[in-house]
Amino acid sequence: MTLLPTLAVTGVEPSWYLVLAAALFAIGATGLLVRRNPLVMFMCVELMLNAVTLSFVTFSRMLDDVGGQAVVVFVLVVAAAEVVVGLGIIVAILRKRPGATADDLALLKG
Amino acid sequence: METLDLVWLIPALPLLGFLILVVGGRKLGEPLAGILATAMVGGSFLASVAVFFGLVGKSEEERQFVQTLFEWIPVGGMQVDVGFLVDPLSITMCLFITGVGALIHLYSIGYMHGDENYSKFFVYLNLFAFSMLMLVLGDNLLITFLGWEGVGACSYFLISFWFTDPEKASAGKKAFVTNRIGDWGFMVAIFASFAALGTVTYTELLGGAGGLSETTATLIAVCLFIGACGKSAQFPLFVWLPDAMAGPTPVSALIHAATMVTSGVYLLTRANPIIAEAASWVQPTIAWVGAFTALFAATIAVSQRDIKKVLAYSTVSQLGYMFLAVGTGAYVAAVFHMITHAFFKALLFLGSGSVIHGMHDEQDMTRMGNLRKYMPITAATFIVGWLAIAGVPPFAGFWSKDEILLYAWAENPALWAVGLVTALLTAFYMSRQVFMVFFGEERFTVDAHGGEHADTTQEAIDHEVAAAEADEAGHELVLHDPPHESPVTMTLPLIVLAGLAIVGGGMQLPFTKDLHFLEDWLHPVIGANEAHISVATGTKVGLALVAVATGLIGIGIAYAIYIRKVREPIEPEILADAWRYDSSISAFMGGPGREGFEAITTFDKTVVDGAVNGVGALVRRTGDSLRGSQSGFVRSYALGIAGGAVLLLAYFLAQVTF
Repeated sequence: MTLLPTLAVTGVEPSWYLVLAAALFAIGATGLLVRRNPLVMFMCVELMLNAVTLSFVTFSRMLDDVGGQAVVVFVLVVAAAEVVVGLGIIVAILRKRPGATADDLALLKG
Repeated sequence: METLDLVWLIPALPLLGFLILVVGGRKLGEPLAGILATAMVGGSFLASVAVFFGLVGKSEEERQFVQTLFEWIPVGGMQVDVGFLVDPLSITMCLFITGVGALIHLYSIGYMHGDENYSKFFVYLNLFAFSMLMLVLGDNLLITFLGWEGVGACSYFLISFWFTDPEKASAGKKAFVTNRIGDWGFMVAIFASFAALGTVTYTELLGGAGGLSETTATLIAVCLFIGACGKSAQFPLFVWLPDAMAGPTPVSALIHAATMVTSGVYLLTRANPIIAEAASWVQPTIAWVGAFTALFAATIAVSQRDIKKVLAYSTVSQLGYMFLAVGTGAYVAAVFHMITHAFFKALLFLGSGSVIHGMHDEQDMTRMGNLRKYMPITAATFIVGWLAIAGVPPFAGFWSKDEILLYAWAENPALWAVGLVTALLTAFYMSRQVFMVFFGEERFTVDAHGGEHADTTQEAIDHEVAAAEADEAGHELVLHDPPHESPVTMTLPLIVLAGLAIVGGGMQLPFTKDLHFLEDWLHPVIGANEAHISVATGTKVGLALVAVATGLIGIGIAYAIYIRKVREPIEPEILADAWRYDSSISAFMGGPGREGFEAITTFDKTVVDGAVNGVGALVRRTGDSLRGSQSGFVRSYALGIAGGAVLLLAYFLAQVTF
């Protein structure tokens, strides 16, 4: 019961998954650029990460190479750690300055 | 154990004395510190004598012995040991350095009496003796250089011994700085020797000198000569020696007359195989520099009024004779004159110290006169020294100077003529000094009751009378105590040195080959490179007679002018001012020299500093213009990253050919 026969049965091409990944990545990137709420920006970053993992899995399938799936496990672990740190910072900032946007936090300018 | 193995004791004893005095000199105090220092140098003299006899007991071929104490610098191909080279030359040097040195130490016990830094003086003196002995005993150029710098440093310490006087302090600095110029030459010579032969040890270096190319040998010889010029006060580096007289008189006698200043002559004599390999113009250059210095300094000595300045210029002049001898290949004569000069010049300096001491620190000869009445021993010994330096037979100076003039004659009569004129001037200025100081009328007034101690009416009247007398005679100097003879610690060295100045010529008499003791003795060291001259006996006698006559004429002229007063003394201002040599150097250094240095400073400030600062300014300005991009807005950074990613993607897509 591997994924590939299922895809073949349903007529879904692997390139569809790549298109989906690209779409997710574009949405994430655009969201990061246009939104100012730190939490939303953070979610956009997660979206981009997941888009990349999706393309990894797809290529892994297409090329019949398990290495791509191994990378996904790493990405999941790193993303979990990043969420802990990132969310911690955002919560701390919002507690101190409720309603602050990313542009308000420009204290490190040159 | 052989007596030769005792050689390490020669420098070790003064070093021990130095260490003891450094630690406990103040506690020992006067006169124990002086006695200890004298004993150490005396012991060193005894060790030298023992080694000397050990060397005499060997056959001529075996008179060379190297004692290696320990490895000093083992670096790759370079191996330098701390070791001593014992051969006739080094032991001859040791004998007179420690012998004359011990006498001067003894003299200093009396001379430095009451000085607040009494023990410190002997610390320096012992350190000096140690350094000087390392210089002559070292078995390689590096040990010699160590001693060379050591004596230079001690010279500096001792010239500025009374450092609270700014003039004396700066005289020390002048000596030190001038010597550095010479030291540069010496260092280059060491580097060149090592580069050419891979060794700095004398036995290998001088043995391998035959394998040097002429250019290399010339470079080494010239650099050694520059070094020797600095240390031995030859033109143009002699300026420091007259100023060095600011130091205590025993220092002038020991360092600036008898020993340290002769180390340049020693170095050139030691390096004679290298000089022999050098280009043919090197030796005549040495001879002419020596001859010119001899004459130049002698003319200056004629007009000096300070009793020590006369002797200082005289020393420069006599050192010129030694260089003249080295330059004509008369190494034996150079060493001979070095030894006799050590005797009579040390004697003259110590005598002048005795005079200064007796006259209560007066150094101006125009305020002296008739002192033989007050200080008979000093006067008698000083007269012996005077006759020795003036070249009157049979005193020591006659024999050595005559030998130098003989070789000069064989090399080039022009050199001989310069030497002869110098001899005439030498006899003249020394006679002038003796007549001004010890003969003639008193040019000072003794006022026993001067000053605040006029207790009784009679004494007050005496004081009035003395003051009136002084006024009438135009005497500037009024002494409250009459001049007095010096204590026995000071006169004893004078007497011993006077004895040596009389008989010193006996070590090398010209009459028959059997009497050439010094030449035979030094033969293993110099032998091959000593000039061999063939001058008929008649000519030799003739030259000697001319030299004696010249000396007597010089004395006669001085007698006529300063005793008989047939005419006013001729003492041109320009000579008293040393041909304005010092002031021209100052003027040059203060005028064009200073402008030159300032131009260099400007170059340094604008070009060198400009380059460095320019790099800094460039970085800062670039940073300034770039800091605007660092806005702190996370989203603008993100836009940058996104834009960059798009550009990269576009670039790679463009590369791909479908």
